[in-house]
Amino acid sequence: MNKVMSNKWIIALYVLPSLILLGALVYIPIVMTGYYGMMQWDGIGEMSFIGLDNYIHLLQDSTFWFSARNSFLLALFSTLSLIMYLAVSLVLSGKIKGSDLLRKIYLIPMLLSSVAIAQLWIKIYDPNNGMLNSLLRTIGVENPPAWLSDRSTVLIAIFIAIIWQYAGFYIIIYSAALKGIPSSLIEAAEIDGATPLQIAWKIKVPLISGVIKTTVILAIVGSLKYFDLIFVMTGGGPNGASEVIASYMYKEAFGRYNFGYGSALGFALLILALLTTWVIQKVMATKDDIQY
Amino acid sequence: MTVLSAVGEKNSLKRIGYAILYLVLGLIAVFQIYPLIWLFFFSLKGNAEIFGRSPFALPEGWLWENYARVWTSGNMNTYFFNSVFITVSAVVLTVILASFVTFAITRMNWKLNKFVLLLFMVGYMIPIHSTLVPLFQFFLNLNLLDNPVSIVLAYTAYNMPLTIMILIGFYRTLPREIEEAAVMDGCSVHRIFFQITLPITTPVLSTTMIINMIYNWNEFVFVNTFISSDRYKTLTVGIQNFVGQYLTDWGAIGATLMISIVPILIAFFFLSNRIVEGIAAGSVKG
Repeated sequence: MNKVMSNKWIIALYVLPSLILLGALVYIPIVMTGYYGMMQWDGIGEMSFIGLDNYIHLLQDSTFWFSARNSFLLALFSTLSLIMYLAVSLVLSGKIKGSDLLRKIYLIPMLLSSVAIAQLWIKIYDPNNGMLNSLLRTIGVENPPAWLSDRSTVLIAIFIAIIWQYAGFYIIIYSAALKGIPSSLIEAAEIDGATPLQIAWKIKVPLISGVIKTTVILAIVGSLKYFDLIFVMTGGGPNGASEVIASYMYKEAFGRYNFGYGSALGFALLILALLTTWVIQKVMATKDDIQY
Repeated sequence: MTVLSAVGEKNSLKRIGYAILYLVLGLIAVFQIYPLIWLFFFSLKGNAEIFGRSPFALPEGWLWENYARVWTSGNMNTYFFNSVFITVSAVVLTVILASFVTFAITRMNWKLNKFVLLLFMVGYMIPIHSTLVPLFQFFLNLNLLDNPVSIVLAYTAYNMPLTIMILIGFYRTLPREIEEAAVMDGCSVHRIFFQITLPITTPVLSTTMIINMIYNWNEFVFVNTFISSDRYKTLTVGIQNFVGQYLTDWGAIGATLMISIVPILIAFFFLSNRIVEGIAAGSVKG
């Protein structure tokens, strides 16, 4: 048994093709991004080495900081909306008829492409013929906002579309975790006279805290690298008001052909994503320790 | 008497509570579904109707010709079949390669298996924007820019971590006795993999396939960056082109969106349990 299953050649044959693909398309590019970030380069002509100039420029670039602010705002909103998704999942985990069907209905938007979602919501937010403003006018709002073309409403408008897209995803994750709680625990608590609210907050939530931590990481890191929907919906506009790190990077690299500076932005995004993950791991680990 | 009325009061309170809960849950369902119904309706309307009447009205003429029009003159047929071809190729490649890796990591004995698994798992955290410029350069050097092969390879590499994550949970629950018996009988590793393990894992394979299918079908950035000619573009990028050209033709835009969405909705109708399973497995264990 051991001999057959330890054949080095077969292991190499099974693992190496995938590993080479992963190395060539994921790991080497990460390193190269950091390296290209030290170049003055338009993608076609010669590269010239300029050391850390791009990175120094990045630290002083107000557009970068503004898009980083937007990315972190989205991360904050997304994390806060997890509370809402958790509450819905807790309700659905109780004695609700048709809860499986409801969860599936909630999930549908998540299955659509961000491009289709963005195009649909552009129509919903259309100031004159869109669904939302028509609705607002019928209930008597005289001058409804222009949503995506108004600097003060654009982020909220994008965020509502993001909630629409991701609600079902997180509800499915929480529900799967909640289903894993042994029903004997819940029954015992019910016999002891615990109210549904107590059961939810004192038993169910602590028991799925590991999954909650995973979703916080998913929500924050997902927000930091968020791109498709914003790129299609507003292109970062109006006037840069909804620019996020990824959309700014894409514009620099593939819009203005600043491959060097675009790479530096991409590298900054990577560092931010990894750093944030690490910080959340640390912070939420101590919370867990206190709880148990 | 007082006890009874107290119980009755408690019951009716409980009933009101449940009614409110159901109302809220129902409203969320409407919020999630209604935009799509609205999309379906405006995809069947003409401009006069869209700009002249209430957006909530049912379509008057049911203009199915919007669909016929965008299918041929809007290039949707090309984009559609490109999406099918790229999605299917990448799904097959990803699932086979990921099965090989998962088999080697969970079933075979070697020292670096934990480390290799970690490499794949960390790959899940990498933002694609951090790799886009070097990938562009890499495909340029290999002469693979504006070639669907670059897209299939990129999808395979970037979906491999999630696929392995879903597969590995299932592989770990499989008993080893069958394989041990097969080895005793002189079965080769390849035969064990292809004739025993792969068939046993069909349920989880279909889960990973449908999840991969959805991701590939919806992908936008790689195609938008690496593909420049219309004949290789997929639906997501094709829609963007189309909307750019037909800005004010809402009916046509609605029809293209519906064409891109319907295959996913059909898959969901038949495979919703697998999709739910895949999403749960991919993140709960992660």
